[in-house]
Amino acid sequence: MEGIIYKIVFYLFAVLTVGSALVVVTSRNIVHSAFALLFTFFGVAGLYVFLSADFLAATQVLIYVGGILVLILFGVMLTRKVFDVKIFSGAGQVFPAAVGVAVIFFLLATVIVKTPWHLVGERAMEPTTAEIGKLLMTDFLLPFEVASVVLLAALVGAVILIRKEVRPPKVD
Amino acid sequence: MLNEYLPILILFIINIAFAVGIIIFSHFLGPRKSSAEKLSPYESGVPPVGDTRIRFSVKFYLIAMLFIVFDIEVVFMYPWAVIFKKLGLFGFVEMFVFIGILLIGYVYVWKKGALKWE
Repeated sequence: MEGIIYKIVFYLFAVLTVGSALVVVTSRNIVHSAFALLFTFFGVAGLYVFLSADFLAATQVLIYVGGILVLILFGVMLTRKVFDVKIFSGAGQVFPAAVGVAVIFFLLATVIVKTPWHLVGERAMEPTTAEIGKLLMTDFLLPFEVASVVLLAALVGAVILIRKEVRPPKVD
Repeated sequence: MLNEYLPILILFIINIAFAVGIIIFSHFLGPRKSSAEKLSPYESGVPPVGDTRIRFSVKFYLIAMLFIVFDIEVVFMYPWAVIFKKLGLFGFVEMFVFIGILLIGYVYVWKKGALKWE
């Protein structure tokens, strides 16, 4: 019984992810695409939970759903023409495109079939966050601290790119 | 293991059911008397002026970017907080260095006037 419920929920998340990803690609309205991306990110977070990657799922929700998507929406709103943009060009390159897609599909399918996948087996799925924290604070302490420097660089870069220097008016 | 997520799943289901239910109920039960005023887009009670699809100021983008940086900082704090008691003073100092470096950035942003809105 439990297994069936897991499967149902898993497929619900899978359909949510793939379905909204399709909307992202096919929608004519960029704002609709951006909002559909919300559900894609969310579905992926759900799939991470099924992989017992709880830290990754939390990160997905916090950063992608909470942050990146807001950034994308602002990016969309910065542009002028976002509604009913004609994405399709007039040139019909159906045949070359079909050949390209077929080649890529064949390559990917071959890789998937030929790769000897290691099955984890019936190992108990444990929450990973505590273990990640332990490693981050001991073995990977330097990368952890360097990450804050990278974030600092991002902060400074964002300000320099967008902000014009505003000096307080001189009082003479 | 997945049983721990059951409350979240139930919360999702209740949320979706509530949202869908509200829409359905208001669709079937609500009275519909439309007038010109009611059908016009609402803009703080005054008649709408100009195009709705204006370009947003780039300042919003800066704020969003600053938000993401500190969002990522919080993500780093999450696994640290889970094992905080085991780490003791050492872990405390480690996180302090991490936050301290970002604090420099915060002071820089502040001094540059990027948080001002004019």
